[in-house]
Amino acid sequence: MKNNFKVFLKGIIDVSPLMIPVVPFGLIFGVLAIDIGFTPLETMGMSLIVFGGASQIVLLQLFSGGASSLVIISSVGAVNSRHLLYGAVVSEHLSDLKLIWKIIISYFLIDQAFAISNEYLRRNENKNRYFHLVGAGATCWIIWQSTTFLGIVLGAAIPEKLGLSFAVPLTFLALLVNDFRKFINVIVIIISGLVATLGYNYIPFKAYIIVAALVGLISAIILTKMIKNNE
Amino acid sequence: MSNWALIICCGLITYLTRFSMIALIKKEMFNDRIREVLSYVPSAIFPAIIFPAIFLDNAGSFILEDNPKIIAAIIATIIGIISRSIIATIFSGLTSYWFIIFVI
Repeated sequence: MKNNFKVFLKGIIDVSPLMIPVVPFGLIFGVLAIDIGFTPLETMGMSLIVFGGASQIVLLQLFSGGASSLVIISSVGAVNSRHLLYGAVVSEHLSDLKLIWKIIISYFLIDQAFAISNEYLRRNENKNRYFHLVGAGATCWIIWQSTTFLGIVLGAAIPEKLGLSFAVPLTFLALLVNDFRKFINVIVIIISGLVATLGYNYIPFKAYIIVAALVGLISAIILTKMIKNNE
Repeated sequence: MSNWALIICCGLITYLTRFSMIALIKKEMFNDRIREVLSYVPSAIFPAIIFPAIFLDNAGSFILEDNPKIIAAIIATIIGIISRSIIATIFSGLTSYWFIIFVI
């Protein structure tokens, strides 16, 4: 059996390429948070406590738009609902672990770590294979905390004209890269995007993210059902 | 609600979405149908963040003319479809965005 450290190291190596876009993402987050009016300590606290790029950007966007706390928290919850699926998928491989490991691993279950480690978990049988997820997650953690810090420090030095805020929607766009060739996904993407854009000004409490996501998910349920019935 | 309370609540809800399934789920609760529907969650949520950030300004008005973000997003999407690479998508989007605002 491979020793724990080797599996941990494999996780670090495997996730490394995915860290390249996390660097500008973390920088942007640090810059934006300060720009919106959070203190450096609060900004660092967000990265440490929340540790989720999507959650933190949604928090910032809604906060700067003047949304209420309840709307912000529920929108963060809606954006994070994808973690329920991640958890469900990896739980198969973690079910024999002690509770303390489940608590630790949950903190590291972010998009990039999930994407990389899920492959490893499925293809390997060694009992300590969860160390791969810990290695990948810890790598993301270090990159995220240090780029947040850099963003806070460099803030004013990064010219606004660089349009780094565009890298935020761009990062999410990139996370959909595997869905662009699938017919139902493309329809769901368009429906959700249109509902959010058109509803941005009309859906109260800035709840457009949740509403658009639910409309998109319902369309997916209907479309998959229709296709099954036709088969 | 103070900023710190807001941050802690957002942290808690983020953590709970990650922990709940790992802690509670038993394999048999998940049938293929649920798995299939949940696989559309990213496609349903991410566009709700992407589209308004590209098509609307901070005040919520449409910017359809003279909007380099739309062109850069289209280029990034095309590169994404061809390459299926997260990194290539981000780089092509950012470089075309910079090319439009600085060179053209």
